[in-house]
Amino acid sequence: MSAAARNLAHSVVEPTPLAKRIAGVLIVLYALLSMVPLGWIFLTAVKTGPDSIAYPPKVVFKPSAEGFCNLFTTRTRQTAEYIQSLPPSASVCDSVTREHNMVIAGPSNFQPRFINSLIIAFGSTALSILLGATSAYAFSRFRVPGKDDLLFFILSTRMMPPIAVAIPIYLMYRELGLNDTRVGMILLYTAVNISLAVWLLKGFMDEIPREYEEAALIDGYTRLQAFFKVVLPQATTGIVATAIFCLIFAWNEYAFAVLLTSGEAQTAPPFIPIIIGEGGQDWPAVASGTAIFLVPILVFTVLLRKHLLRGITFGAVRK
Amino acid sequence: MSTNAAVMDRLAEATPQKIARRVRGLSDRAVAWLFIAPTMLLLLGMNIFPLIWTIRLSFTNYRANRPNAPLIEKGLDNYRAILTDPDVWAAMQSTAHFVFWTIVIETLLGFALAWLIDRRFRAHSFWTTVILIPMMLSPAVVGNFWTFLYQPQIGLFNYAVAFLTGIPASDFSMIGSVALAPWSIIIVDAWMWTPYVMLICLAGLRSIPDYIYEAAEVDRASPWRQFWSITLPMVLPFIMLAVLFRGIENFRMFDMVNLLTSGGPGSTTELASITLKREAFEKWRTGYSCAFAIILFVTVFGLANIYVKALNRVKNR
Repeated sequence: MSAAARNLAHSVVEPTPLAKRIAGVLIVLYALLSMVPLGWIFLTAVKTGPDSIAYPPKVVFKPSAEGFCNLFTTRTRQTAEYIQSLPPSASVCDSVTREHNMVIAGPSNFQPRFINSLIIAFGSTALSILLGATSAYAFSRFRVPGKDDLLFFILSTRMMPPIAVAIPIYLMYRELGLNDTRVGMILLYTAVNISLAVWLLKGFMDEIPREYEEAALIDGYTRLQAFFKVVLPQATTGIVATAIFCLIFAWNEYAFAVLLTSGEAQTAPPFIPIIIGEGGQDWPAVASGTAIFLVPILVFTVLLRKHLLRGITFGAVRK
Repeated sequence: MSTNAAVMDRLAEATPQKIARRVRGLSDRAVAWLFIAPTMLLLLGMNIFPLIWTIRLSFTNYRANRPNAPLIEKGLDNYRAILTDPDVWAAMQSTAHFVFWTIVIETLLGFALAWLIDRRFRAHSFWTTVILIPMMLSPAVVGNFWTFLYQPQIGLFNYAVAFLTGIPASDFSMIGSVALAPWSIIIVDAWMWTPYVMLICLAGLRSIPDYIYEAAEVDRASPWRQFWSITLPMVLPFIMLAVLFRGIENFRMFDMVNLLTSGGPGSTTELASITLKREAFEKWRTGYSCAFAIILFVTVFGLANIYVKALNRVKNR
């Protein structure tokens, strides 16, 4: 292609600087606007109770750890004597108590709920990856009878409304004693995530050339050795991306959690909305719980940005 | 997809016999079954078995809170009752309203955003990532926080609307008024999921090869003509895919709505899944709600299948 032709091509597909600038301004405006609710969560998390419900809404205020203290400790409104008795060099939450004459009415069980979320999310992710990677490998490399039907069946399990499956699962778990247990929730979330894991990992494994394993087989590896020592290491990126998608789903899930757990195995999403202070919802505490809960997802989103499209469309669309 | 599998199979057949004979340990067939069986067992246990149980219970009067009560076979009575219940039809209507408007808004806005981002201005990939954040968050946790933003007296959303329109903020309540409540859930859903449609549209836009536009330019096609004759038709399959995924998701929407309005005020935002939850876990009409669940599942499955046929027609054109 001559220099002139390339210039023409350039001018055809490359937008003018003005068009770029206008597009940039509009997109930045939308991005900032869509970040307002999120920003408000983080601002409310460091407000005091009265500041959080001030009208007009306060943007400038003195930050306070009140919300976090209410979230993690069980404090009730304190008497003047108790506040006087606090040592001057006490913990952050003690000094908050002294300043604000605290506070929360309901029980604060955020910590165990948060730990449940961690155990269930990581447990089900590990299981989903284990089952997903092996099945994906089989679907990717072997002639499996009725392969397309099986793959479609796996995908279709994702179409069920969660509430519809929750009824028989509730009954089944009651029979098996799995209601409100972490094991039960791990199995359930694995069953939901397995469709995503199989589809995504199959896509990633299809891209690994078969020659690698064939070479390993010629060198005397067994199929299993070839899978564990050759294919899995090659698929690391795909496995990590898939794992994070499974993690995000299990972390965010609410419908099953609210219907099938009541205390022992309850995760954070059903718990955060019911944090009650005196006189209604304790918004700083709710916002701090929400903020803590959202931070890992923010980090993952940035890490995942290259794989987002694949993950949310089950690999149906590739970039 | 099927062509892809066929290619793989042909590759498998082409593997030289010499290599196949050298494979030691478990045979390939054994490994395949060993690898697929656990997944299938899990899905059979957690999906197929429950589904069969649901179908079975849908013909009875079973109540999960009275497991020892005598079981009465009701035949198709549950199904008949659901299909003639005005509340169910109202819920289906609310669901249709919700699905329709979220899809319209998210598609238009999402496509527009993708089209703008495709101008590749400075730092466009950074801002794309920022825009994608809402859809990664927990719908329940975020939905709950939006009730705070919607508070008439103290909420940021009401303050902003009052500031922009001059209507006093205490004069309207997004989640409290019958007229506005459906829109309160549509707004939150659009906020969360417009980025999703945007991302898929962006992939569509990026898949159009530049030379098509170059050819159009040589033919002196106007930018308007290029948009209608090249851009839109080539992105259409992607848009349809986004609509399919969003349609299925919003048809079964539960978490965000349950926390935002829990069906109220009255039953204005009572989507099908909220009704189902009420019947199953508050009124404990297990048999009845199992029939309802089957109807919902068949509906979404049927609609999705019709839609996929249309999608394939567009793709193959």
